[in-house]
Parts: sequence; C-alpha cells; structure tokens
Amino acid sequence: MIWNALLLSLREIRRNLTRSFLTVLGIMIGVSAVITMVTLGNGATRAVQDQIASLGSNLIILRPGQRLGPGGGVGAPNFKLADAQAIESQVSGVEAVAPSIARSATIVRMARNWTSSVTGSTNAFFATGNWTLAEGRYFNDTEERAGRAVCVIGETVRRELFGAQSPIGGDMRIKQFSCEVIGLLASKGQSTFGMDQDDVIVMPLRTVQRRLTGSQDVNSIRISVQEGVSVDRAMAAVQQLMRERRKIGANEDNNFNLMDTRQIAETLTGTTRVLTMLLGAVAAVSLIVGGIGIMNIMLVSVTERTREIGIRLAIGALERDVLLQFLIEAVTLACLGGIIGIVLATVASYQLAQMMQVPFLFDARINVVSFLFSAAIGVVFGYFPARRAARLDPIEALRHE
Amino acid sequence: MTDTAPLIELRQVAKVYGAGMAAVHALREVDLRIDQGDFVAVMGPSGSGKSTAMNILGCLDAPTSGSYCFRGVRVEHLTRDQRALLRRHYLGFVFQGFNLLARTSALENVELPLLYRGLHASARRAAARAALASVGLSGWESHAPAELSGGQQQRVAIARALVTRPAVLLADEPTGNLDTARSREIMELLRALQSERGITIIMVTHEADMAAYARRIVRFLDGRVASDTLNGTLAA
Ligand SMILES: Nc1ncnc2c1ncn2[C@@H]1O[C@H](COP(=O)(O)OP(=O)(O)OP(=O)(O)O)[C@@H](O)[C@H]1O
Ligand SMILES: [Mg+2]
Repeated sequence: MIWNALLLSLREIRRNLTRSFLTVLGIMIGVSAVITMVTLGNGATRAVQDQIASLGSNLIILRPGQRLGPGGGVGAPNFKLADAQAIESQVSGVEAVAPSIARSATIVRMARNWTSSVTGSTNAFFATGNWTLAEGRYFNDTEERAGRAVCVIGETVRRELFGAQSPIGGDMRIKQFSCEVIGLLASKGQSTFGMDQDDVIVMPLRTVQRRLTGSQDVNSIRISVQEGVSVDRAMAAVQQLMRERRKIGANEDNNFNLMDTRQIAETLTGTTRVLTMLLGAVAAVSLIVGGIGIMNIMLVSVTERTREIGIRLAIGALERDVLLQFLIEAVTLACLGGIIGIVLATVASYQLAQMMQVPFLFDARINVVSFLFSAAIGVVFGYFPARRAARLDPIEALRHE
Repeated sequence: MTDTAPLIELRQVAKVYGAGMAAVHALREVDLRIDQGDFVAVMGPSGSGKSTAMNILGCLDAPTSGSYCFRGVRVEHLTRDQRALLRRHYLGFVFQGFNLLARTSALENVELPLLYRGLHASARRAAARAALASVGLSGWESHAPAELSGGQQQRVAIARALVTRPAVLLADEPTGNLDTARSREIMELLRALQSERGITIIMVTHEADMAAYARRIVRFLDGRVASDTLNGTLAA
C-alpha cells in the first residue's frame, strides 16, 4: 500500500514538474541556509581555534584595564619595561616574558608602500608567539639596548614590499627613519577574517618607544610558562605581583587583566558558537516557512484535484489510501527539497568558506538532521491537506467542476 | 446471506436533493430487486432519477430514506470505508461523464482499480492491456483522455469498470457516445460477460436497440419505477 501510494505520488510530481519545483523551493532554500550557516560557523570556530593554538598552549597575556574590548583599558595606566623584568625575575616557572607596544604605520620601500602594525618588543616576542625564522636572524643585544633601527618582518610584509626578492639587508622607510630588515619569520600559513598573522613587523622595544610612541609605556606583556608548570599558579603569582607593583588596595579591583590561551579560546569560540546557533535558528525559521509553502500548495492541489479524488474514492480507494497518497506526496516533495538543499549547501558553503578563508568542514550530522527535519515538515504540513482530501465525499467530489 | 436473498434489494428508497421549497424529489418509494446474473436495462426520460438510482446502487450515495440491501447487507449501516471496499471488490462503474483521470494515460486509468486491489505491477499492466483490447483500444494505451475521442474515452471508462471482473457492472449510458456498430460490439461484449462469467449488469440507456440486449427493462418516470418488464414480452 505504501509502495502504491509512493508510485502515485511520484506520478503526480512528474506530471506537475513546475508546480512541484515551486513547492520544494522553500524547503530547498531553508535546508541549504541552515546547513550553510552551520557549516560556515563551524569553519569559523575551527579557524579561531587554530589561530589560538598557534599562539601556544602555555601563554598568558597581561593587559592594562579591567577587561578586554573597547573602553576596557580607559584610565588604567600602561605597564613599563620594569614590570616585565619583575615578572621574569620574581615569578617562578616563567620561560619568557615579552613586553610589547604596537603602533600602526605606513612603510615605504621604493615605489611600494604597506600599512601595518609595528610591534616593539624583545627577542622573547618570538619565543612566546611560537615564531621561527625563515631567513636572517633575531635582534642582538646591542640592537636591543641601543634601540637600533632594525626589524624582523612576516611573510605578508615581505610579499607586499619586496616581491620575489629576499628582504634581508633591505631598507624600508617608516615615518622619518629608515630601518634595516634583519630577519624573515616563517609563515604561519593561515589567516582568518582578514586577520593575517603573517602581517607583522617587529622592532626592538626601545626603537619603537623612542621613534614611534615617544613614551616608556608597554601596553601588553606576554608570558610563556615552562612546560609542566601550572598555568593557573603562574597566573596567580603574576596577578599578586602586579597588584603589589600597581599599589592596588585589598578591596580594590584589578586595573589590568590576565588571560591564558585557554580562556581566550573559550571566549572567542563561545562567541562564534553563539553566532552559529543564531544564524542557524534564523535559517530554521525559513525552513518552517518553506513547510507552510508546501501546505499552501498542497491545499490548492487538493481543491484542484477534487474530481480526481472523487474518482479514486468511487473506484474503491479507502480514506487512508488517499490520505497516504497526499501525505507521501508532501513528504516526497519535502525530501526532494531537502536533498537538493543539501547539494546546494555543500556547493555554497565550500565556495563561501574559500571566500571567507575559513576551513570547509563537512558536518554529516547537520546534513542528516536538516534532511530529517525537512521530512518531518512534509509530514506535519502535508497532513492537514491530505486529511482534507481523504475526507471528501465521493459523490460531491465527482460533481466538482 | 441466504441463497434466496436477492443480490440487490431496494425498499421504499427515496432521494431528496435540497430542502423546503427548493427540494427536488429525485426518487420516491422505489422498490427494486435484482438477482445475481441478471442483465437489466434502465430507461426513462431525462431527469427521471436514473443516475440517482445508479449512484445509490453503486454505494456512492446514500438514500434519504428507505433501505438498500446488497447481498443481504444493509448498505446504509456500513461505514465509509466498508462501502469503499464493497465498491472495490464487487462493483464496476461506468459513469455518465466517463470520469477518467486527466493527463493520465489510458493504461494508467484502467490500471487504477487494480492498484487499489493491491495487484503487482506486471499483473496490473497485463490485465489493463487485455481490458483495453476487449473494448477495441489496443494501441491507444499511452494516450491521455484529452487525446482520445468521446467514444474512445467512453471505451476506456468501460475497460476500467471491467478490468477488475466485478460481480456487478453499473453502467450509466455506456454507449451514449458510440456509433451503432461500436455500440453493438460493446453490447455483445457485455452479453458475453453476463452469460460466460455470470456477472450482473445494470445499464442505463435511452436507446431501445441497446435495451434489447437486456433480459429485463426497468422504466423510471418522475423518480418512480413506472414499469418493470422482461424483454421478451416487451419486444413481442
Ligand atoms: N446533486 C444534485 N442536486 C440537486 N438536484 C439534483 C442533483 N442531482 C440530480 N438532481 C436532480 O434529480 C433529478 C434526477 O436526476 P438524475 O441525474 O438522476 O436524472 P437522470 O434520469 O439520470 O437524467 P439523464 O437521463 O439526463 O441523465 C433531476 O431533476 C436533477 O435535477
Ligand atoms: Mg443520468
């Protein structure tokens, strides 16, 4: 009986290809929207996770201000180089401490120019950031102490300013001074949301302080913790030390914040997850609207086919034969929409993932769930029109024009 | 069911359409018994209630009052689905307006009742082809009703009614759109079915020529049975 009903439904779908296509359009769009949103969201979450993982798992970042984000640092004093030195000498289990300050600047080399962020820091910057050299060398003691105009650049900066050439020994102009490139960092090879990790220029801390910021301030301190040492314990020690150095009373809040990579990862992936769910939910609404579309067209179809239903009933179809025929027709349409939607979503999310530079993660679960959901929508929204068809009085239906 | 119970028995059947001043009495106090294997022609002027009576006999419509026994079963006490099963297993219906499925091939139209009987595709197809052949429509299997003449459509409708080999064939003017030669072929076919397979035939017709094939003629007038005669006595 199911097979017969399926056969009849397929015949009917084939007979009205245009109408069938219009019916499934809503489901198609709904399913592909849900899957695309969730797939891209997962990709974005993964990208953020990867990026944070490339920072290293044992990193603590210290910044002025109570919390991260805009306005969080207002009024809170910056750090000094001495703070970093105190952490290095007084907190046990610390591997490297990198005080840093960054300024945005336009760098010119011959006819080319490139605007980027220039970071002033020590050689510890490379250790804490998991960087390795592709070419050249890091800073030497004299350069750090004297604040020489030398820099280590990332792959993106090299590409933009030096083209195919080796940058080592080359000169670039930053504001009023000329700076020699002494090292090239190995590419981290990934970038997310336009945040290109290889777009870095690092100079000795003193050079940036003297020539770009004109102050002794340091606006972030990165601390990497030795292998096997508890990050939480190190964080507590750093916090204690900073409270003392910044003379914060026992019942006052910190005017700085400390975060380890795990917390950063949780915060950022938490955000992308919420966004994914939100977009997915919006898309799911469109799927339900698609279901209403099916109901709409099925109701029209029942009215249009009243005579046909009358003939079937007169010839010996039971109520449930007709109910099943229309129900299966709705479910088949919904499933067709689901399948086409999955195909569309796979193509669309692959393309979009490339455009947005996030990894494409095919998530079988969301595909299966969306498909089942569209089938369920077929059942729910197909039932009402199908019941209406099945309840028709045969003789009345036969007289219908 | 006893042997003596007639196949079909209408007792004091009335059918009223509408109500009050606008009420139309399509049938009034109709008593009719039809035995198994009979061949009955129903005649009468237009509007005399022939189609109404056929719909009631075909379990498609219920009488306003009176009772209808089919093989000893009171049809008015059956549920919708039970009546549908009765139609499915015992009755074949040729409608006055053909009632074929539009945009559906002749073959699929004829297959339809077999589909509801749960036959397999191959058996269904073979039976439908044979039925179409018996009404002279071999080669027209894939044509939709819109691509067939009125007479051809009528023959598809007859094939659809016969394909299940029903115990009772109810035909409302089955030859209304056919030329005399075709009509005679169909009547010969019906008579053969009746004599060889013993099926009961109830057929509405306006033509005395066609009624002549029947064993018995029932005449309707203003919703009543005006006369009920055996063919021999009338033709004589
Ligand atoms: N659905 C209906 N609603 C109201 N009146 C109806 C309906 N069906 C039939 N009638 C009326 O009942 C009467 C009998 O109609 P019926 O169709 O049985 O006539 P008939 O004998 O088959 O005529 P014909 O030879 O033209 O087919 C007619 O007066 C008709 O107007
Ligand atoms: Mg009639």
